[in-house]
Amino acid sequence: MYQADTIDIAVIGGGHAGCEAALAAARMGMDTVMFAISLDSIAMMPCNPSIGGSSKGHLVREIDALGGEMGKVIDAAYIQTKMLNTAKGPAVYSLRAQADKIKYQAEMKHRLEKTEHLRIKQAEIAEILVEDGAVVGVMTTAGAVYRCKAVVLCTGTYLMGRCLCGDHITQSGPNNLMAATHLSDCLRKLGIRLYRFKTGTPARMLRRSLDFDKMTPQYGDENIVPFSFSNRKEDIARQQVLCYLTYTNERTHQVIRENLHRSPLFSGMIEGTGPRYCPSIEDKVVRFADKAAHQLFIEPEGESTDEMYIQGMSSSLPEDVQIAMYRTIPGLEHCEITRFAYAIEYDCIDATQLKLSLEFKQYKGLFSAGQFNGSSGYEEAAAQGIIGGINAAQYVKKKAPLILRRNDGYIGVLIDDLISKGSKEPYRMMTSRAEFRLLLRQDNADLRLTPYGYQVGLIDEKRYQAFLSKKAAIEQEIARVRKTVIRPSKKATEIFATYGSTPIQSGVHLSDLIKRPEFDYEKLAPLDTERPVLAEAVREQVNIQIKYEGYINQQMRHVEQFAKLEEKVLPEDMDYLSMQGLRLEAQQKLDAIRPASIGQASRITGVSPADVSVLLVYLEQRNRRQKEESK
Amino acid sequence: MKIAYRQEDIIAAVSTPAGSGGIGIVRISGEGAVELADRIFVGKCPLVKKPSHTISYGHIKDGETVIDEVLVSVMRAPHTYTKEDIVEINCHGGGYVTHRVLETVLKYGARSAEAGEFTKRAFLNGRIDLTQAEAVIDLISSPTEYAREMAVGQLEGRLKRKVKQMRSEVIDMIASLEAVIDYPEYDVEEESKQSIRKKSETLLAQMEELLSSAAQGKILKEGIKTVILGKPNVGKSSLLNFLLEEERAIVTDIPGTTRDTVEETVNLHGIAVKLVDTAGIRETADQVEKIGVERSKAHAKDADLLLLLLDSSKELEEEDREIFPLLEGKKSVVLLNKTDLPAKLDLAQVKKEIPGASIVLPVSIQKGEGMESFLQALKDLFFDGEITPQKTMLQNTRQKDALQKAKDATCHLLETLQMDLPEDFLSMDLQEISEALGEITGDAASDEIIDRIFTKFCLGK
Repeated sequence: MYQADTIDIAVIGGGHAGCEAALAAARMGMDTVMFAISLDSIAMMPCNPSIGGSSKGHLVREIDALGGEMGKVIDAAYIQTKMLNTAKGPAVYSLRAQADKIKYQAEMKHRLEKTEHLRIKQAEIAEILVEDGAVVGVMTTAGAVYRCKAVVLCTGTYLMGRCLCGDHITQSGPNNLMAATHLSDCLRKLGIRLYRFKTGTPARMLRRSLDFDKMTPQYGDENIVPFSFSNRKEDIARQQVLCYLTYTNERTHQVIRENLHRSPLFSGMIEGTGPRYCPSIEDKVVRFADKAAHQLFIEPEGESTDEMYIQGMSSSLPEDVQIAMYRTIPGLEHCEITRFAYAIEYDCIDATQLKLSLEFKQYKGLFSAGQFNGSSGYEEAAAQGIIGGINAAQYVKKKAPLILRRNDGYIGVLIDDLISKGSKEPYRMMTSRAEFRLLLRQDNADLRLTPYGYQVGLIDEKRYQAFLSKKAAIEQEIARVRKTVIRPSKKATEIFATYGSTPIQSGVHLSDLIKRPEFDYEKLAPLDTERPVLAEAVREQVNIQIKYEGYINQQMRHVEQFAKLEEKVLPEDMDYLSMQGLRLEAQQKLDAIRPASIGQASRITGVSPADVSVLLVYLEQRNRRQKEESK
Repeated sequence: MKIAYRQEDIIAAVSTPAGSGGIGIVRISGEGAVELADRIFVGKCPLVKKPSHTISYGHIKDGETVIDEVLVSVMRAPHTYTKEDIVEINCHGGGYVTHRVLETVLKYGARSAEAGEFTKRAFLNGRIDLTQAEAVIDLISSPTEYAREMAVGQLEGRLKRKVKQMRSEVIDMIASLEAVIDYPEYDVEEESKQSIRKKSETLLAQMEELLSSAAQGKILKEGIKTVILGKPNVGKSSLLNFLLEEERAIVTDIPGTTRDTVEETVNLHGIAVKLVDTAGIRETADQVEKIGVERSKAHAKDADLLLLLLDSSKELEEEDREIFPLLEGKKSVVLLNKTDLPAKLDLAQVKKEIPGASIVLPVSIQKGEGMESFLQALKDLFFDGEITPQKTMLQNTRQKDALQKAKDATCHLLETLQMDLPEDFLSMDLQEISEALGEITGDAASDEIIDRIFTKFCLGK
């Protein structure tokens, strides 16, 4: 054991959460060290080679709006991009990009290296050092002690990682990387409750062994949209690569059914299956027995490699069964598997032990983010990472933590869900989890969150000024559109006929015409003679905010009601167990989770509206007592 | 959007015990209570222009329909019980009218107050002394718990199954839309807009039907239409007298449609029982015994409840058996009267001969034996458990309130479809419907939708 250094913040783990945490902390001026078992696995994408998608794309844009890195790195490392769901409504537009995995890692690593106040170190952390209920340092397996003021745990799937492929079991982290085998014991000794979660990944194959003629090519969008609000589309334009679509068939399913007994996830009956939204192909075949074919997307892992990812077919069946089953698929008849599919088990925490700031309730200065908190997905991890990093820095600076609420963004929903409800399986972000999703669109993430990023110091002055002028331009244009009246004219008649709209008899506000289903802001441009030249992002906001005004206002009213209960703060020392009138289940849940507000309490499973009423009365009683005492 | 607890809503409730006659008071509390009252009150001058703590005379109207002639007190915050704006509508007493006034208030934007909610607000707003906090908590926690259980218990049966099924259909539609939204790259079989429109139209029709004929609502409004059957001298008049004595208030006297029929509604522990064909009973009680079986048959046909009296001191006769077919498919109580005399007729035999009878009870109306069980049985039949009159009314209003909300959201959904807005907006409307229906069945959880997505669709990498 030796004294290696004294720093502000130690980040344990260099995955997507660790990277964002370390960058945020360092950029906020904290002397930060990020530890990773292998520096070659920084920002590794051990599963699918893509970033974004439904609700996950929202997260990436929110991270970017706060001043995070994921959006910028994927903009630099994407090889195909698509805006999904464009016909389903503005709230659910979803940006997704195929990533060059190798480039993504290299980009991120280099950005970390170039960041002031940040150092990266290859080491496994064995212990968190704690004194008087507060973090004071970390120690590596080699005995190096780093004294520090705060720690962010971002251990992903490495803690006691165990990979399963049939009966072949290896004690390892993802992708045959070394597992972290020391920290779990230390955490247990600190009294932290651990869970064991499972997930899995499909096989990778050699490109030239596949027959793409038997598959359907999948193209990217011509009109590309960058993830980062600070990139313009022309900055990142590039030639896009192809992905391919193929299907499983009855023969595939038969191979799987005949070998189910050899799957470690199916020891007899379904037991300990993985997360529902990421089922293995065995799961799919058993649970949806009548489905004749399952979709498979064949996606390149990058441009400097010929390995292809087989999305839709993760498995933990033994190698010989995998070869047999993959080779039943059109185009994969002669596939050469470079890496076999496997399932992975790992230690993670019960996230109800955390506060909304991602700090452990039990230990000051100990923060936790990413898959280790029971989530799944790169984007979910990164989203927690940036919040964990920001709040570790705020803690060291003795400033109030940044807590995003459910009406601020998907990040707020994600963290509130994890912390208030806990999770019995890895948590995937979904748009249906966001009750205010019409307000939390991917297009307005900057409008929602950039001020927070600026406030904590992650958004620089230049970007903030650009943000402010964009905001002003939107507001001005909306005001102008509301005032503008379109009058009947020959030209108007023509335009109305083109779009099959009822002609106007007298002057009508432009804003009212935009609201007609057949029109939008752009289509009415020819009639709007005073229209100024505006950036696409501004025009998009004007259109959405006017067109869906009624629905947006309705959600804003819901938010108002919601916010009132969020503002009713529950003190940390509430004695729930002795509160008469609360039902037993509510007493226990409230005691364990210790919600920050009445609003959060109301979202805990097992707390009824009557319990919430009782809490309100206790809270009022307590506040009045305190007032009386202070007199 | 689920808000588990809505502290800021305008709340309303009947603040006088139901069925106590005289005057019924509907109390409304919350910011905007006066404005709300103005939307249904027609008087000399709008209530918003009246000074605090004044009483105005006028009428409560729902659109063009006059509900009642009323006196309305306006009390402005903070000098009120809850420290919020309060409006009290003094209407004609009796369950029905008061209930209609409350329904109108709810229709125009208030929500049913939770148990103890006025008092809770009084406390939270600093009106009630700190020393009474515990009493306030008792008030909130215990009755609400009771109410919650009751709300579910009371719903057992057809209505609950119906609402649950409707909600399940709505969640299916949401799950289908959401699965496509969350997994855009997968070829999930998407519910088409036409199919959603069709299903929503069906749902709307079902909701309207439930709203107009929900068994309990009907019972509350019109009473249980009850016909007493039995051969002469079996004790029909005694039963009638017994029921009339039991009544706490005569709710209404409605002349029947046929000239010689009078319907009397009596309130039996919260259940309005409308006794049909009781013309002149009080004056000449003996006459009733002479009303023939033939006459009763006509009324029995459209009754909600049949009370059949048999004489347990005699063997079954042809005259008795003639009545039995009337009981088929009806809720009925068979009373074996005259248990004070030696029995010639036993329970098992009657049950065997009248398999359709809901309940068979031995009683002696003369001696009052078994009558408690009889009343209890009546209650059980309709409410599936013990319910006090006020609660029955309250629960009922709340369910109706929620169903109305579901209906409004369904209408909105149809408008959204009409405007051809994208799927996301359909999902928002559908979620409003599912939440409103969930308030009736006591289910509400967003996880349910996610569960349904993964049960129905095969998705994921």
